Amino acid sequence: MRMNGADALLRSLEAEGVDTVFGIPGGAILPTYDALARGTTIRHVLARHEQGAGHMAQGFARASGRVGVAFATSGPGATNLVTPIADAWMDSTPLVCVTGQVRSHLIGTDAFQECDITGITIPIVKHSWLVQDVDELPHAIKAAFHVASTGRCGPVLVDIPRDIQEAEFDFSYPDEIDLPGWRPAASVNTKQVRAAAQAIADAQRPVLYVGGGTINAEACDELRRLAELWQLPVVTTLMAKSSFPETHELHFGWPGMHGAKWSNWAMNKCDVLVAVGARFDDRVTGKLSAFAPGATVVHLDVDAAEIGKLRRAEIPVVGPLKQILAELANAFEALKDKGVRSQTGPWLAQLAGWREEFPLRYGDDGDMLKPQRVLETLQAQTSGRDDVIWTTGVGQHQMWAMQYLLCDRPRSFITSGGLGTMGYGLPAAVGAKAARPDATVVCIDGDGCFQMTSQELATSVTEDLPIVVVIVNNGYLGMVRQWQDMFFEERFSQVRLAQDSPDYVKLAEAYGAVGLRAETEDELEATLAEAMACGRTAVVDCRVDPAEHCFPMIPAGAAALDLVEYEQRSVPVP
Amino acid sequence: MIHTLSVLVEDKPGALMRISSMFARRGYNIDSLAVGPTERQNVSRIVMRVDCEQHSLEQIEKQMHKLVNVLRVSELEPGQAVERELALITVAAAPAARAELLSLAEVLGVRVADVGPNAIVFEVVGAPEQIDTFEELVRPHGIKELARTGRIGLARASVGRSGTKQLVHN
Repeated sequence: MRMNGADALLRSLEAEGVDTVFGIPGGAILPTYDALARGTTIRHVLARHEQGAGHMAQGFARASGRVGVAFATSGPGATNLVTPIADAWMDSTPLVCVTGQVRSHLIGTDAFQECDITGITIPIVKHSWLVQDVDELPHAIKAAFHVASTGRCGPVLVDIPRDIQEAEFDFSYPDEIDLPGWRPAASVNTKQVRAAAQAIADAQRPVLYVGGGTINAEACDELRRLAELWQLPVVTTLMAKSSFPETHELHFGWPGMHGAKWSNWAMNKCDVLVAVGARFDDRVTGKLSAFAPGATVVHLDVDAAEIGKLRRAEIPVVGPLKQILAELANAFEALKDKGVRSQTGPWLAQLAGWREEFPLRYGDDGDMLKPQRVLETLQAQTSGRDDVIWTTGVGQHQMWAMQYLLCDRPRSFITSGGLGTMGYGLPAAVGAKAARPDATVVCIDGDGCFQMTSQELATSVTEDLPIVVVIVNNGYLGMVRQWQDMFFEERFSQVRLAQDSPDYVKLAEAYGAVGLRAETEDELEATLAEAMACGRTAVVDCRVDPAEHCFPMIPAGAAALDLVEYEQRSVPVP
Repeated sequence: MIHTLSVLVEDKPGALMRISSMFARRGYNIDSLAVGPTERQNVSRIVMRVDCEQHSLEQIEKQMHKLVNVLRVSELEPGQAVERELALITVAAAPAARAELLSLAEVLGVRVADVGPNAIVFEVVGAPEQIDTFEELVRPHGIKELARTGRIGLARASVGRSGTKQLVHN
């Protein structure tokens, strides 16, 4: 059918099943926005900053398991997407970014709002396309969705010059695509699966170290079947939170810098460590040479490059996780039929003992509201509900959210892990709400994070995508303050914000949202309950004790056993 | 240890940049690099020399394999491959030294590309070690300028493609 590039873009997105995009218009992408106005089945959510649009698309992707789509214009519009692209790269979030580019004949002339966005983003995309001929456009879009969502998920970028958007051609959308250089692992080596099953079956102290790849692979049911079948303890990373029910008796917390003591001990003392779509990130391992020192490593991953990148894997299994986990479970069924039995009973009892002995703790000193109380109250109020999705910013509040919120359903905890992007939580919540209108979406934010993307409150209100933002407001860049307190002899440098500026209640109201405040434990419960029930965009300003640190903590570069618990204030220098 | 990699890539804009960016970002150094067309249309061959440990080499190959434009990555194993390089070397050649230089070139099968009043441009084609040898021999005369293409290579005809260790492929 005869049409211009902009219409072809929308028809292509529709063919990919896209129903929502997030973006902001501008000069170089005007023809595409004109096409939106002329008619499409796609809903466009107008963000207030392209970074917000990108994080919304990420939140949408993470809540739904579908590819998120963001639009931006050339130049500054495109560069504002760089942070979400980098974030999606680190956390393997499937994301297609479509940017307008200056007209083809102006490329390379330093034209108004020109920038080489494909060049800038090369290190942080799986692939990118600068469309130079309108005939290539449908193919580029097809390829973009295919690359973003197959193998290890991640971001891609399609840069479309304005004249290409305007050029007329005969559109048809390809049914299939052949990318000879993109052939992600599609099958599993059965011999390797058998070897993995044998190693796990022989283990006395196995641990499933589960990463975010499990959620991306939609392999959570298979994970649960495997764990239950062989009674394997499960430790989930920040990115894997919600992949395995956290109220399940086989769930043993979260590893790493602010993980629970029992979780880190489990990793340290295990004899077989099964990495499931996890990548041995430094925030998980601490000092690498001291990480799980006695363990045989079984590494399951769709990305062969992760195997042996940081830790040698004695038994690597490359392939789609859903299939690997299913085949592993089948192998255990077969072992069971032969009369082989799981030997993990004493190990599970040991782990449960540690959990009993070293619970998460925080002080009850002083009159001020403790930040952990905020999370505990939210957990208590939502316990048993299956319609809540949490998002977070980055910092202390994020770690407390990891520790105190218990997520039982996949995709109910959305956070920025690898890149650690402050300001991620609020726009990600808006995106998650667009993906799951039935859900109650709650952003746990810090006051520092909130101020980085708070303008998206306007998007939430005007686009009727109501979310609840709970600000754990300590008036500081809290995590930095904690490090300065612990490792820089309490010299606080440029971390003081202000608990009362802005006035978050008035700010919320200015945006047309509900603004609430809680300063005491007495106020907390009713205030949070009111916000959760109001059905509108709501901001809850929780004024908490700024002196509170996030514990446990493994200092950067230290070994897991050097974990510092809350009452200890003297910290070994790593 | 120095490894020679032969990489087949789609001839697409930015393909080389994606590869070199990956090397830079992950902290690997490229010693030499040569790019050119192959027997297949729209497919280029990159021959690169990388100084790294075996573990890093595996990482490099796996990371390269993830690039959408990369079709095949293989290592040219020493002894199993034919490797050639071209060098142009401008050597100071006062009239008194000319005869010695020219006879040296003749013995080693090096062509003379150009002769000037006080210098000669030599054209050396051969295995990289041969070029190194000639370079050292003329160095005492004074090398004014030097340009090398970086080596290219193929598996030996006697062993065919099996002479390359295919590390990852599509």
